[in-house]
Amino acid sequence: MTAVTAKGVTVHYGDVLALDDVDVTVERGRICGLLGMNGSGKSTLFKSLIGLVKPDRGTITLHDKDPAVARREGLVAYVPQSEAVDWAFPVRVVDVVSMGRYGALGGARRLKAADREAVDAALERVGLTDLAGKQIGELSGGQRKRAFVARGIAQDARLLFLDEPFAGVDKRSEATIVELLRSLRDEGRTIVVSTHDLAAVPALCDEAILLRRKVLLHSDIDTALSAEHLGRAFGLDGAVA
Amino acid sequence: MNLIDWLAEPLQFDFMRRALLVSAVAGLVCAVLSCWVTLIGWSLLGDAIAHAVLPGVVLSYIFGLPFAVGAFLFGGLAVTLIGVVRDTTRIRGDAAIGVVFTGLFALGLVLVSKTPSQIDLNHILFGNVLGVSDSDIAQVLGIGALTLAVVFYKRRDLTLYAFDPVHAHAIGLRPKRLGALLLMLLALTVVVALQAVGIILVSAMLITPGVTAYLLTDRFERMLAIAIAVSVSSCVLGTYLSFHVDSSTGGTIVLCQAIVFALVYLFAPRRGLLANKRKRRTATSVR
Ligand SMILES: Nc1ncnc2c1ncn2[C@@H]1O[C@H](COP(=O)(O)OP(=O)(O)OP(=O)(O)O)[C@@H](O)[C@H]1O
Ligand SMILES: [Mg+2]
Repeated sequence: MTAVTAKGVTVHYGDVLALDDVDVTVERGRICGLLGMNGSGKSTLFKSLIGLVKPDRGTITLHDKDPAVARREGLVAYVPQSEAVDWAFPVRVVDVVSMGRYGALGGARRLKAADREAVDAALERVGLTDLAGKQIGELSGGQRKRAFVARGIAQDARLLFLDEPFAGVDKRSEATIVELLRSLRDEGRTIVVSTHDLAAVPALCDEAILLRRKVLLHSDIDTALSAEHLGRAFGLDGAVA
Repeated sequence: MNLIDWLAEPLQFDFMRRALLVSAVAGLVCAVLSCWVTLIGWSLLGDAIAHAVLPGVVLSYIFGLPFAVGAFLFGGLAVTLIGVVRDTTRIRGDAAIGVVFTGLFALGLVLVSKTPSQIDLNHILFGNVLGVSDSDIAQVLGIGALTLAVVFYKRRDLTLYAFDPVHAHAIGLRPKRLGALLLMLLALTVVVALQAVGIILVSAMLITPGVTAYLLTDRFERMLAIAIAVSVSSCVLGTYLSFHVDSSTGGTIVLCQAIVFALVYLFAPRRGLLANKRKRRTATSVR
């Protein structure tokens, strides 16, 4: 039972080769770190997995299903990189979390009592109940991330993709998020987290993928964080593939 | 003249009652759309659609069709062409908008100049709310009601689309379709607003209420309410003022909106210029 499989995924942006023949398999109930330097293709891999970027070649399944089916069934949640969000947008935290329920609602997306309960429970779980009425941009970096994770919880997504959740987040908030993600993993959800902040990896991840346009390595954390492999992924050896 | 006379006198005239109705309805529909349009960053798209409908309006006139038909078709054509030019070339979005709408507007100008007289270009460009016909009113009310009904039903999806289209995609909705729906609603709104203020000033009606409200609140529902209040009151006041001082109605309406915006820009309690200055001063004195 795999959560994510990608086979031979290749993505170009115009002439730029962003992903080259990427093979990835993640089993269910794991936290997988996606590690690579800026421009290594982490966001592009996420976008391919959720179907936002159409690969030139390759196949993808999520929960052993066609990605479009998995999306429609509400299995997939995506927590975007901070730069991709308009933090000045006039929505409250509770509005954002409510959007997690929309896929299962009728055309007008009117929340019923059960949906409100799910939203409240998600807010409670990430510790944002008291801030539910705040505009989303009034939150700190860590709280913002938790709000988007709460949206995935309200959705009851089985698969969570988090793009750079630790950027602009202080150490204490980071620990809170790590704990939250691990408890979600313990419920059988699968989490893929991209980061170039390696300090958070040992406490969080069960396994890691080193990405540099290609998958350089997919292994346990100790191996991935060894100097030799990190050097290849982060270009310390100077060899640009 | 006291205030009651000032308000009552114009109402004796049938053309003024019609004008007030049309401009208030246009103000309402535009205000609602302006909230989403300005948040997404489509402000200039409304202007482009407004210009691009000119040939449609002229052709409707030539073929004796309701003006809304031609206007809406050319609004849709403009949006489609903009998308095609942007997606099939390396040209950036703003330039694609510029090329398409000016081209269609120019086509409209040529058509007007080659059509037997009766079309008054000034009325199309600057609005003719004091001379609206029964058929115009029916079109404005019908299209306005349809637009508002669809927006009301789809408001949560539209906000989701404006805020986070990627999430919409990830949960299996179709953001492209939502975007297309919003564009269609925008084109319909332009058609309504044309009657009140004309092609040139439509974009003001589609931008100013939304940005004014945005400076006053962080809540989307309040933003809608404020935009509607600002817009409808400016439309009614502008129509009255234009009667009393004998000025261009469309111009007066938009001027009222602009003045409200300027006041809000200066005096808004949290996001206004003065509030920001005060905040900065407090911040420095603390340090
Ligand atoms: N929309 C785009 N158009 C053109 N090139 C792009 C686009 N998006 C990404 N790229 C290029 O593709 C490559 C991979 O980018 P991607 O954003 O996936 O990397 P990343 O690992 O997420 O980087 P970061 O750590 O900076 O977020 C980079 O060379 C980038 O410049
Ligand atoms: Mg990235």
